Amino acid sequence: MAIVKTFTVSEITKRIKGVIESSFTNVSVQGEISNFKRHSSGHLYFTLKDEGAQLSAVMWRGRAGNMFFTPQDGMKVIAIGNITVYEVRGQYQIDVIQLQPLGIGELQLAFERLKQKLAAEGLFDVEHKKPLPEYPESIGIVTSPTGAAIQDILNILSRRFPAIELILYPVKVQGEGASSEIAEAIKDFNKFGKIDVMIIGRGGGSIEDLWAFNEEVVARAIYHSKIPIISAVGHEIDFTIADFVADLRAPTPSAAAELVVKHQFEIIENLRNFCYNINQEITNIITTNKDRISSLLTSYSFNRPIDLVRQYSQQVDELNRHLFQSASHSFSINQQRLDSFQKRIASINPTKVLERGYAIVYRDEKVIDRSNKLKTDEDINIKFHDGVTPAKVK
Amino acid sequence: MKKTKDTSGTFEFSMKRLEEIVEKLETGSVSLDNAMELYEEGVNISKQCMNKLKQAELKLKKLSKDTDGNFELFDGTEE
Repeated sequence: MAIVKTFTVSEITKRIKGVIESSFTNVSVQGEISNFKRHSSGHLYFTLKDEGAQLSAVMWRGRAGNMFFTPQDGMKVIAIGNITVYEVRGQYQIDVIQLQPLGIGELQLAFERLKQKLAAEGLFDVEHKKPLPEYPESIGIVTSPTGAAIQDILNILSRRFPAIELILYPVKVQGEGASSEIAEAIKDFNKFGKIDVMIIGRGGGSIEDLWAFNEEVVARAIYHSKIPIISAVGHEIDFTIADFVADLRAPTPSAAAELVVKHQFEIIENLRNFCYNINQEITNIITTNKDRISSLLTSYSFNRPIDLVRQYSQQVDELNRHLFQSASHSFSINQQRLDSFQKRIASINPTKVLERGYAIVYRDEKVIDRSNKLKTDEDINIKFHDGVTPAKVK
Repeated sequence: MKKTKDTSGTFEFSMKRLEEIVEKLETGSVSLDNAMELYEEGVNISKQCMNKLKQAELKLKKLSKDTDGNFELFDGTEE
């Protein structure tokens, strides 16, 4: 075997590159994605493989942004592009211009994979869900300014509860870049802050149309939002990843508008009930207070002073009776004593003695009780019980 | 645009306050003076809420961000 020519590595690689690159332009390759990596530069690197072979793939940043979905490992795709040779490594690869899922089934699988991953991370946890305000005054809406969703929401809100400020953040809701615009809008509303609740959504469409709401970047933005979020994507049957992360899923944008506010009639009814209730309560309170006053007036404790007065007056009466009794008792004792005194006094009364025949001799008003006190010719008086007789001593 | 969120005048606050007033009156533990004050407050709040509802018209604004990251609100539905 004769050797025709010796090449350097660079020379032979360049020859190969020329042959390959001219023969395989604009090819369409079907395979499964593995080793998917998004470089910080924005370029995508992955491997396309099937049972028998594998092919390195690269997708430059500018083209990577043009996809409505984010590729994942395990996803079967069709890659359209050119086969190129990377001389430095001596490798050939496909320079992908356009990447699309092999079929809707692939998107559904991707959906399930992301759903499982985010569920495992706790993004759907009920404990993380924020309560919605009962009476929001300012509502943020992330949707297309030209879509059906904003019109539906406007119609329903103006009918249900017009005392509202509605703030629209216009975004693309489908196609390339939609998911990052939606995620950005959610973050911006959080920075802006002056809304009570947010609705993100769009009208109905194919799974590809709705795909932005199945992207991880949107899911994470919803999860990190401090403002409660209602998702309202497509029709009732359409479930998106956004629906699982959102604080509340509305089946449609119209339903979101109905869920976010009460109907004004309901509120007016509530207000009437409040008025009725407080009227009722105040009437009750006034009646209760009246009752309390009258029951106080008749209560034992309130009447205790009067009772005491009665008791005291009874006591006074009793004391009076005692006093009278004891007074009259002592009176009668004294009366008896007085009587006996009187009898005794009467018994020693000299007049009584004189009545029995005795007489008393006086000289100058002095009683003469001995005979030797008298001298001859002295003038005396003799007192009898019925009078006094003058006499002369012999 | 420069308004800051003052919750004391909001519908939410008013409705919560009304609920509170009814509850307080219902417990019956408030004094008569206090009850009369609550009653007056309740009547005023419900009037304000009614007026708000009757006068309101839905306002649509658009939020946009300038290159410095500042937000601006625009009135209307122009696209």
